[in-house]
Amino acid sequence: MKNRSFLQRIIGAPYVLWAAIFIVVPLLIVAYYAFTDPAGAFTLDNIRNLTDYGTIFRESIVYSVVATLIALVLAYPFAYVMSRKREKTQQIMMVLVMLPMWMSLLILTYSWMGILERNGIINSLLAKIGVAPLNLIGTPAAVIFGMVYNYIPYMILPIYSVMSKIDPSVLEAAEDLGSGSASKLYRVILPLSMPGVVSGITMVFVPSVSTFYISQKLGDGKILLVGDVIERQIQAQNNYNAGAALSLVLMVLIVLSLALMKLFAGEGDDNLYV
Amino acid sequence: MKRFASILLAALMAAVPLTASSCGGNTSISSPRASYTKDLAGTTLNVFNWGEYISDGSEGSLNVNKAFEALTGIHVNYNTFDSNESMYAKLSSGAVSYDVVIPSDYMIERMIREDMLQPLDPAKLTNYDLIDDQYKNLFYDPDNTYSVPYNVGLVGLIYNTTMVEGTPDSWSVMWDEKYADNILTIDNPRDAFGIAQFLVGVDVNSTDKADWDKAAEKLKEQNKVLQGRVMDQVFAKMEGGNAAIAPYYAGDFLTMVGNNPDLAFVYPKEGTNIFVDAACVPKNAANYEAAMMYINFLMEPEVALANAEFICYASPNTAVVNNPDYEYYGEEILYPDPANLPPTEYFHDIDPEIRSYYEKLWEGILLAG
Repeated sequence: MKNRSFLQRIIGAPYVLWAAIFIVVPLLIVAYYAFTDPAGAFTLDNIRNLTDYGTIFRESIVYSVVATLIALVLAYPFAYVMSRKREKTQQIMMVLVMLPMWMSLLILTYSWMGILERNGIINSLLAKIGVAPLNLIGTPAAVIFGMVYNYIPYMILPIYSVMSKIDPSVLEAAEDLGSGSASKLYRVILPLSMPGVVSGITMVFVPSVSTFYISQKLGDGKILLVGDVIERQIQAQNNYNAGAALSLVLMVLIVLSLALMKLFAGEGDDNLYV
Repeated sequence: MKRFASILLAALMAAVPLTASSCGGNTSISSPRASYTKDLAGTTLNVFNWGEYISDGSEGSLNVNKAFEALTGIHVNYNTFDSNESMYAKLSSGAVSYDVVIPSDYMIERMIREDMLQPLDPAKLTNYDLIDDQYKNLFYDPDNTYSVPYNVGLVGLIYNTTMVEGTPDSWSVMWDEKYADNILTIDNPRDAFGIAQFLVGVDVNSTDKADWDKAAEKLKEQNKVLQGRVMDQVFAKMEGGNAAIAPYYAGDFLTMVGNNPDLAFVYPKEGTNIFVDAACVPKNAANYEAAMMYINFLMEPEVALANAEFICYASPNTAVVNNPDYEYYGEEILYPDPANLPPTEYFHDIDPEIRSYYEKLWEGILLAG
């Protein structure tokens, strides 16, 4: 693909333009704000002040790593099972996975507030069978649950798409050559599905680590993540510079973790999403 | 899958006109006090107000914006914000142009100081005599040059009588370990600090950092008993009996008690915050004359009454307050007798250095809890 034809360039042009206007330029603006003071003069103070936020970066990463791992553990077997079903069943399962994505994250999260509340749906049901109410909302578990719930489709879909492309004859060959089901999984399916896993992890980790709405609503305003601090800086304190510095560092952290993951996953994969 | 999608789509499309038709309501007023012309018919007026802060025609109420359109032919483009700060952020970015905004007192003070507002034309505001004198010449706009009061209100303590013993009379109940995990506070630094400041006895508008430190210490102690920091979620939390105690605006208590009669309300003895939300015209307004007409229209007795009954906040309009048919006529929570009311304080605009100082303290409190 080194020598792109004229036609290929023409076809790619609209997206290149789109990316330049809506991705590259905004990134440059973020960088500009991060390194300037309100008067527009160059400064490193915004970056230096970030040392106050060490804990919050650490916590945001822990929350989103846990959420990503849970999503992976749930999604991987599901995607495998789904990819081995009849065509018709696969389509139904696909719709079920996508259905929540058709609703706004705001509405989904707001609904979960009502379900997880002290006198919410879960606790009312528990009360009916004589179980003491649980503290669900306002806990780290609620926030992690919200992340898993909202982003798990982004884990299932890429893994499923890779798995459904595994040629059944490859699996048959593994069996013919004496692979048990365990070794078939570890030596054939897992390596072949790795690109999907890497994409899935990326697509769950990135929105989780930068979320603010889920933590605000399901954390009862007590659990603060980087996204919340950024939102507060921009909306409440009108401090674009500090907000931009936080965003910039968050982006660098995300890029670093993606690079690290690519290293582990092995290079040269024809990966669609990373 | 295709068929399934089309069924869903059809269902969605069927639902749209349903929601649109639910906000009809009354769209005209019977006897306007001022005279309105159609001179500006066809122009657009951009209004920026708090969410859920105007009678919108639901449940048979008056649709204020539609009534204004019927009377003047001016198209009202209505947008909402959820905090003074986010309103300010939007306006100061320069990316928007509004003709009428309705911020709170301290924000108006700040916007006047930063030259973001323009003087109103008293000759056009013929209904201004209806505004109660006690809401004129206030600190934020001493000569009533820039603003016309829209709503007034007080912060108080809402509690659930089945969960709280006796009648709490002090903010200190919000620190009581007996109610640990059942206490809410307002998720906004100025209000949360205000409560702690009343309790520890320092000025809510103090310019002394030590005073803010003192209040911040108090707020940190509260972390261990707090169930959460909320804004609008307070309705679901208190109405559903999910929490026992929450400070909030008196007008909103009336909405909540309608849905949960176990709730009660008190003005704590240490004192509380009083506020005025007032209509202003930003410097970059594009339709000044229409803005004057709209602000005058908001003071119309019929309009102000509809708003007061819809929003449930106290009205600064004497035509509403003195109207025996007003749903909250003489309602003691909204219109307390000054003799029974603890000291009240307005929040003033605070100098930027103190502001970023308390924002920093607030962040520390959030991170500690």
